[in-house]
Amino acid sequence: MDKTNILVLADHPEILETIIRLINKNESWNGVGVNSYENAVAAFEIAKFDLVLLGVGVDDEAEQQVVAFCKSVDSRIVCMRHYGGGSGLLHSEICHALGL
Amino acid sequence: MKNSVFHPAASRFFADHGWLQSAQTFSFHGNYDPQRIQFGALRVLNDDTVNGGQGFGRHPHDNMEIISIPLQGTLEHQDSIGNVAVINPGEIQAMSAGTGVYHTEFNKNKNEPVTFLQIWLYPNELNVQPRYDQIDYSKGDKRNKFLQILSPNTDDEGVAIHQNAWFHLAEIDAGVETEYSLKDKDNGIYTFLISGKLEVNGQLLEARDGYGIWPDTGASFKAVEDSFVLVMEVPERK
Repeated sequence: MDKTNILVLADHPEILETIIRLINKNESWNGVGVNSYENAVAAFEIAKFDLVLLGVGVDDEAEQQVVAFCKSVDSRIVCMRHYGGGSGLLHSEICHALGL
Repeated sequence: MKNSVFHPAASRFFADHGWLQSAQTFSFHGNYDPQRIQFGALRVLNDDTVNGGQGFGRHPHDNMEIISIPLQGTLEHQDSIGNVAVINPGEIQAMSAGTGVYHTEFNKNKNEPVTFLQIWLYPNELNVQPRYDQIDYSKGDKRNKFLQILSPNTDDEGVAIHQNAWFHLAEIDAGVETEYSLKDKDNGIYTFLISGKLEVNGQLLEARDGYGIWPDTGASFKAVEDSFVLVMEVPERK
């Protein structure tokens, strides 16, 4: 079964690393972390993402650029904010985004 | 009234991690129910008991308002913005995670459990400077009246958070009726009964039940038994 690819945009290295590690603990999910619009675009050149989580520390303009870019790639890509910076809400947010 | 939601204590999620027993009113960690996500900006209401000497090791948070209210035992807090604190019953702690903070929360005592409410609210502003606040409310009068322990304002009673929310505690004697008036008419009220038995607008609550309502002006409370209640006034999530 194909994994659900999840891109996380956040500009806090330790928190980003933590979120990616937590995502990848689920064998059905594959997480990739980036900290800028440019790196998000580069990540899409390597893989297609089903879900984009907007994390901490990225300015509004970069977030809007990432969302617009994702929608231009595929309007079905879900872009949503991640809150909490850890495991507390992450599972629920991803399940909600995937309609589980 | 716009609507209401009743969460009996037994309907909560229960997680047993050995060192931690957690009863969770809303979806949390690996527990997920799309019908149990939040009440307005109130996202997490965990009723946690941590064994002696155990606790939550260093872990991060961001963009969340995190409130701890010890009910029994003693918590020891340390965080990456330089705070080292001990929190006892009669005190409340609030941490605005904002741009990111690491912290630990441990049971300070080796031989007895600590029970505390862990409450998370969505912030009304993203990426704020992390902030820590703690107060002692034990001297405040909450006998048959509502004692404010949290607000949006740093110069108001209680701890301050980045959300248009107010928390109050009350100890209501059996047979006594009292009213809670909204601070903001657009807010809702989520009542968590810590102990006792009482009615909120006619809805009977027993210990650890939760009841959320969106009233026009406030709500009436009538204690059936001596009751200790937490009232959380929160906005709809924008």
